[in-house]
Amino acid sequence: MDKVLLIIQREYITRVRKKAFIIMIFVVPLLILAMGTVITLVAKDSDNLSDPLVVKVIDKTGQFGEKFKNQKNLTFETTTQSVDDLKPALNKDENLSALVIPTDYTKKDSVKIYSQKKPGITLTSKIEEEMNAIAINNGMLKNHIDTALLHSIKSDISLNPMEITSSGTNKTSQGADIAVGIACAILIYLCLFIYGAQVMRGVIEEKTSRIIEVVISSVKPFQLMLGKIIGVGLVGLTQFAAWIVLSIVSTKIVGHALSSPQGGMMQALTALQTIHFGSLLFYFLFYFLTGYLLYSALFAAVGSAVDSETETQQFMFPVTLPLLFTYILSVTILFRAPDSPLAVWLSMIPFTAPVAMMVRIPFGVPGWQLAISMSLMVVTFIFTTYVAARIYRVGILMYGKKASYKELVKWFFYKE
Amino acid sequence: MLSIRNIVKQYAGHTALSDVSLEVKSGQIFGLLGPNGAGKTSLIRIITQITAPDSGEVYFNGEKLNQSHIECMGYLPEERGLYKKMEIGEQMIYLARLKGLSRDEATKRLKIWFAKLGMETWWKMKIEELSKGMQQKAQFVATVLHEPDLIILDEPFSGFDPVNAEIIKDEILELNKKGATILFSTHRMESVEELCHSIALINKSHKILDGSVKGIRNSYRNGTYLVEYSGARIAFDGKQPFELVEETGGDDDTHTLKIKLAAANSSNDVLQYLIPRARINMLQELVPSMNEIFIENVNKIA
Repeated sequence: MDKVLLIIQREYITRVRKKAFIIMIFVVPLLILAMGTVITLVAKDSDNLSDPLVVKVIDKTGQFGEKFKNQKNLTFETTTQSVDDLKPALNKDENLSALVIPTDYTKKDSVKIYSQKKPGITLTSKIEEEMNAIAINNGMLKNHIDTALLHSIKSDISLNPMEITSSGTNKTSQGADIAVGIACAILIYLCLFIYGAQVMRGVIEEKTSRIIEVVISSVKPFQLMLGKIIGVGLVGLTQFAAWIVLSIVSTKIVGHALSSPQGGMMQALTALQTIHFGSLLFYFLFYFLTGYLLYSALFAAVGSAVDSETETQQFMFPVTLPLLFTYILSVTILFRAPDSPLAVWLSMIPFTAPVAMMVRIPFGVPGWQLAISMSLMVVTFIFTTYVAARIYRVGILMYGKKASYKELVKWFFYKE
Repeated sequence: MLSIRNIVKQYAGHTALSDVSLEVKSGQIFGLLGPNGAGKTSLIRIITQITAPDSGEVYFNGEKLNQSHIECMGYLPEERGLYKKMEIGEQMIYLARLKGLSRDEATKRLKIWFAKLGMETWWKMKIEELSKGMQQKAQFVATVLHEPDLIILDEPFSGFDPVNAEIIKDEILELNKKGATILFSTHRMESVEELCHSIALINKSHKILDGSVKGIRNSYRNGTYLVEYSGARIAFDGKQPFELVEETGGDDDTHTLKIKLAAANSSNDVLQYLIPRARINMLQELVPSMNEIFIENVNKIA
């Protein structure tokens, strides 16, 4: 065990001391900082740019008129003029629009809005919301529904419709769910590749420089493989830790320096606050670690089977295919249907789970699915490590032999 | 010290070692000889526990070979190599620590070795900045730094220039004098005669010969002598007590003969025959060199 620690130490220190590692630590948060700055500036600008909108309400029913509530950058004005009368004004001012409510407004598409340019989706949805609320209220009054009674009923049943209301508020943070899910999936995908490939390169380096024979006359091949995998994994965790700390610091700085409380950055941050970062971090670390152990063992086996990096192609492809496949599905389909059977299955199969599950987690995953997925991850990484170690111990001493899959199977069954 | 009993090792398609048994006594320098592909490296890898035999056992100081013996061995593989991007000092301390040395102890010993072999300036250098010969020297130090009881060297002299080969040879002898048992494989026969107390010859996975160098060479004596005399050339009539193998006329009046004793005769009979006829400058028995024995045995099997 002492020797494994020594190997871990060497693998860790030689990598952490590299210039590339230190540069990576600072470049990534700087990129995030730069992105945050751009987003904030754009958000700020768009706030300033969006002029106050005025909606002239031509209410033929007399039921809506004064009941529209003015909002920030949005003013309602009732008028008795007709649309034709308003046309010159509408043509002149692009922030002006006319809302026409006919008497038979309940008919589909009968309410019309006129403006010089196409009205934005936020404007139309706001008006729709307002009108619906007013119409419902009117309807209640018309049917002599006691509003006091209604309120008491509402507050009574407010426990049950929580989901409806929370999905209403979720409208902003669903975006955050998607963003966080995809970000985690991409991060896991990249990290499995980057650190898996580092393990593979390390194995090839030891093999081609022939130091392997000296080392394994001191330690068992499995110890060496384990030490290397853990050492590189710790490098990955160090990088994450550094990134998280630097990112938090840098977003704080950006948020402080550039954002007004209503600024885009702050809005994004408040939306992000709806996500449970504690549990997210836990699952991220779990899937990163188990996924990394699973894949890096395979990468180590691939490295042991070849004489140089150029020969790795034929073995790399099947190893990386499930990851790539899930990654592409994740960023295109899975986030839109996080509970679809495809997403559920992909998040169960250990080879695809680290990426697929990360997309699903921000949306909430049933406990039993997490339990199955996580236990399968653990079982599978132990299994792949066992298989990889058996190939590895033979492969590292084989030179000049072009390894085929048949050969790898043979190596697996070799006795000590 | 090392007792190898009935080792069999098979790889897919061929047998690397078939029923090989060897005894290496403590304090010896033991030569493991054999042509390329004979199974020397396979045997060494079994002793160093890199691979395990299919059957047969290895005993180290009377104990069955196990993990605890790793620290008592130093191994220099035939294919040399170190971490290219790592500084030498750090790298060698790492290797020594893998063999169970503490960091302080390793540093202390390394400084002594570096001073001894004139490598002080290398400490902070990376392996890729060194020449091949320098790398080998560093690796030799790494092999013996933890003062192993058994030092296993696979082709230790390959890749060294004559000056450095001599330095390494002296170091091997010194380590041996200090009590280390040395097992090395080679096909350079002159180093065998110079260094080895005992040898084993392996060919095509079989051990075909083993014993002390002196004993083996003596057992291959066949009564061949080299004689040099001065004076007029002797005309042999077939009655001489030896068989004439070769006759070379030297310059002036010295002549060299290679003779083979006829049965039951000794070198004294030769002298008695020759002394009245010429002035003898030299009479030397030609004991077959290890090289000749090696070639003879390898060819015999083939």
